Amino acid sequence: MIKLIKYLKGYILQSIIAPLFKFLEASFELIVPLVMAGIIDVGVKNDDEGYIYGMGLVLVLLGVLGLAASITAQYFAAKASMGFGTALRHDFYRHLNSLSHAEIDKLGSDTMTTRIINDINQTQTGVNMFLRLFLRSPFIVVGSIVMCLTISVELTLIFAVAAPVIGLIIYLIMNRTIPKYKKIQGRLDRVSLLTRENLAGVRVIRAFARQKNEQEDFERETAELMKAQVRVGRISALLNPLTFVVVNLAIAAIIWFGGISVDTGSITQGELIALVNYMNQILLALIYLANLINILTKASASGARINDIFAMKPSVSDEGNVEQEGVTGAPAVELRDVSFGYHEGGAVLDGISLRAEKGEVIGIVGGTGSGKTTLVNLIPRFYDVAGGEVLANGVDVKKYPLKQLRRKIGIVPQRAVLFKGTVRSNICWGRKGASDDEIWAALETAQAAEFVRKLDGGLDAPVEQGGRNFSGGQRQRLTIARAVAMRPEILILDDSSSALDFATDAALRKALARDMAGTTVFIVSQRAAGVKHADRILVLDDGKAVGLGTHKELFESCTVYREICLSQLTEKEAQNG
Amino acid sequence: MANFGILKRILRFTKPYLHHLVLAAVFSAVNVALTLYIPILIGNAVDCTVEAGKVDFEAILPILVQLAAAAAIAAGASWAMSLCTNKLTYFTVRDIRRQVFAKLQRVPLSYIDSKAHGDLISRMIADTDQISDGLLMGFTQLFTGVVTILGTLGFMLSINLWITLIVVVITPLSFFVASFVAKHSFQMFRLQSETRGKMTALTGEMLSGQHLVKAFCHEEEAEAEFDVINGDLQGYSVKAVFFSSLTNPSTRFVNGLIYAGVGVFGAVSALAGNISVGQLSCFLTYANQYTKPFNEISGVITELQSALACAKRVFEVIDAEPEQAEPEQAEPEHAVVLTPDRVDGSVALDNVSFSYTPEKPLIEGFSLDVQSGRHIAIVGPTGCGKTTLINLLMRFYDVQGGEIRVSGVPVKDITRDSLRGAYGMVLQETWLKNGTVFENIAYGKPDASKEDVVNAAKAAHAHSFIERLPNGYDTRISDDETNISQGQKQLLCIARVMLCLPPMLILDEATSSIDTMTESRIQRAFDEMTEGRTSFIVAHRLSTIRRADCILVMESGHIVEMGRHEELMEKGGFYAKLYNSQFEVS
Repeated sequence: MIKLIKYLKGYILQSIIAPLFKFLEASFELIVPLVMAGIIDVGVKNDDEGYIYGMGLVLVLLGVLGLAASITAQYFAAKASMGFGTALRHDFYRHLNSLSHAEIDKLGSDTMTTRIINDINQTQTGVNMFLRLFLRSPFIVVGSIVMCLTISVELTLIFAVAAPVIGLIIYLIMNRTIPKYKKIQGRLDRVSLLTRENLAGVRVIRAFARQKNEQEDFERETAELMKAQVRVGRISALLNPLTFVVVNLAIAAIIWFGGISVDTGSITQGELIALVNYMNQILLALIYLANLINILTKASASGARINDIFAMKPSVSDEGNVEQEGVTGAPAVELRDVSFGYHEGGAVLDGISLRAEKGEVIGIVGGTGSGKTTLVNLIPRFYDVAGGEVLANGVDVKKYPLKQLRRKIGIVPQRAVLFKGTVRSNICWGRKGASDDEIWAALETAQAAEFVRKLDGGLDAPVEQGGRNFSGGQRQRLTIARAVAMRPEILILDDSSSALDFATDAALRKALARDMAGTTVFIVSQRAAGVKHADRILVLDDGKAVGLGTHKELFESCTVYREICLSQLTEKEAQNG
Repeated sequence: MANFGILKRILRFTKPYLHHLVLAAVFSAVNVALTLYIPILIGNAVDCTVEAGKVDFEAILPILVQLAAAAAIAAGASWAMSLCTNKLTYFTVRDIRRQVFAKLQRVPLSYIDSKAHGDLISRMIADTDQISDGLLMGFTQLFTGVVTILGTLGFMLSINLWITLIVVVITPLSFFVASFVAKHSFQMFRLQSETRGKMTALTGEMLSGQHLVKAFCHEEEAEAEFDVINGDLQGYSVKAVFFSSLTNPSTRFVNGLIYAGVGVFGAVSALAGNISVGQLSCFLTYANQYTKPFNEISGVITELQSALACAKRVFEVIDAEPEQAEPEQAEPEHAVVLTPDRVDGSVALDNVSFSYTPEKPLIEGFSLDVQSGRHIAIVGPTGCGKTTLINLLMRFYDVQGGEIRVSGVPVKDITRDSLRGAYGMVLQETWLKNGTVFENIAYGKPDASKEDVVNAAKAAHAHSFIERLPNGYDTRISDDETNISQGQKQLLCIARVMLCLPPMLILDEATSSIDTMTESRIQRAFDEMTEGRTSFIVAHRLSTIRRADCILVMESGHIVEMGRHEELMEKGGFYAKLYNSQFEVS
């Protein structure tokens, strides 16, 4: 949390003014019992009606001043804390954007979203409450005690005992309940999990007629949750009664010993009443303080989670890289003895070498988990190789600025994801500020022009989040158009025509060959049919290259490829290819 | 008022715990009475300390003893009240959750398929929690607050009418301020939460597509868009937080005014000898406490309002229409329990029609006669509705026209559980429960012996990999489990069916995410399982399709062709085209 304080930098003045004015408000509040003591001791005792009215006015004035101070403080606290949150979010989002695939995979999008929304919100609330209360509450406690000191040193002893006792009670109860609340959260998560599981598995559950058992499991879990809630409620419900008893015992002590002081004439009756009032104020202030501590605990937990992410360094960095000129005559992409694993020991790719010339179409085929997608992900340097080298235009991809490298490469991912906006805004991901002609050309190549033309609004037809207002096949063609619009030197199609029917797929292939001549194309597929037409096919099996050549060559020489073909095609069909 | 109905319904849930409610009310009354009595005791004690030499210690002592006793009893009552309201709330919420869950077990599949699961879960968890908070605050603070206000007024009136009037006159100011603040902050809060919603949507979308953001170097554009929303959010947040944070200072101010008014007027009355100084101090304490319940009550009302909104969402689930009544409930004399020896393996679809939405007819007038032991392959492109047929066979959905007969009995007359029990089902989405491998295999037969489970696993070719797991059959499977692959999960699902081995099978062949080794095992397991059993197979593998006794070809929900492989190829229709695109020649 402390590390995040720097985000208050633009709001130093506000962060000082806010607590200062809170401090002022508290001071005014502390004077009130003294004024009231004066009304009783001077006004009532001396029959001085004028004094009473005068002091009444002072009370109102104190109230007005307190209100003004407090409003000022709240405003600056709001300004500073929200400014803090905004600045933090700004940096945090940029940090997230700087992370590479490895970190993104590790975090997951849900976690990232929770951090940037909920956790930052929590810290921002923490800062707000801190600015508002961290001076006020302790000051009222200390101030009340100081005020009592001015009245009577001996009687202050009662405060010196009571305040720590109240503090201790609050501490003990919070100390015992906070971990229990965490456990309750865990139980609630279990209930949530059971529900999620039940919904996801509804078909299996009903197929096996297990609804009754599911209900029993659920009842057991909710019973546990309830027990835990009642148990912690029993402890936390002690807070108010216990502090109430302590305060009233202290008041009884004040009256008794205060009575003795009044009897000896060292304090007045009005001052005695003031002491009672201060006691009540201390209680209130301590309870506020407890709340503040609670909020700060949550905020600092959130802060720690945010810092954990800030501490992550992108595993792929282009620091210090300068624009690269390709080597003339070098292959568009070359892999030299590349190996890679997502984590220590688990090799996903092992000793892969491949030269893809400019304009060549390379098919990559293999079963699931054979490393196809991983391989193509190394070309735009989403991950760094563990061994060997990846070169683009004869230059190691590690030497390029990431932007320069990635602008050469158009990617169509397995999952056809579009973003909220319009058809135009989605295609423009590939080429910022593309003209209508350029967009239409890309759509033509991707076999998407026909249905886009029929849309209401054409290029400006809305795209809903994730593109859910388009069918799977339409989405896939739009993602292809997005990559084509880049006019990339290298185009990667990662199993991206699975939702297209035969005719469209063939037309697409033809159009790509026609419009993207000169572009090196990688086609990743699980099916032999998807790569048969490639200039050369790389066959992967469990991370190893087991074949490289044309369909005909491989069908004859590569057992794995032959197996893949035969499981999907008949021998005659395969040979015909 | 609709809200009133919802409130009444929530309260109906508390009925079994009425005694807790009554007790809570009693304890609360005791607590409030004593809490209000304490300032009077203090006032009386203060009156015994007029000035030097005139302090009446003999009178003070019993008052202080009373004070201590009152405080102790009040505290005890307050704790007891909390215990009662805690129990009341948590019991009630537990019951509501159980009802929701029980309803989810009984709603038709169409309900669960059509609702976003996240939304249903949030109703179960977050909304119910909000009801819980609302109830807890309502039970503890609403009653106490009202009693405190009435009690304070009563006690004040018993001491002095005029000072009481001052308090009563200034109080509405507090309401005025509160409603002013509430109105302004509500508006800002709405804008704030709308903007936050936009931000959540944007970051959620961008971050879940983060790989693409990186691939297309879209970072700067996304950041620019983010900054605009972030800026808006800052503006609204400052206002929302500022306005809402005015509540406390404003009420403190009104409180201060009341305090000053009571102080001045009380002091003047004391001059006139109408009240004592002790009574004045008592008034001052009341004045300090008086506005607190008002704030609390307004807090409770906001909380209750959102609790009611949440309750409405929860009740929507509880009120969902359950599956059509079981035949034994409707007409007990016709109910058929399909015991294994009654199943002959024949299935007949007779002029069946079905659609998910009335506007889009899907299956119309479809008839099919499946004799015992036949294999039916269902093929078609992704999303063509192959699962619809499974839905109808398993009676997850009911046909809208025509009839399905199993072993000659119309399925409508068969109890759902026994009908579903007659099929073994393996879906492509492998669903396993949080629990051990053993529990998962024994899911359909919880009382199965270890030996049976091991045999089923062996039959499913799963035994060897299970043995290699860290704890063998006792290895726990959970969501984030990484030591079990998708294909292995599929094998467990097959073992689960193997254990029961019903006379008929519904299988969904896996298309992806399985390595070749496991795939061949799964295939072997499938082949052994289907041997001699009536099987419906959503088929992807050519060998399965070609071996099938009948191929159903589906396209966008319709069954377009049906027959054996050679017949369909000869026909040169949709199947031939599909076949060529998937297993393309030339």
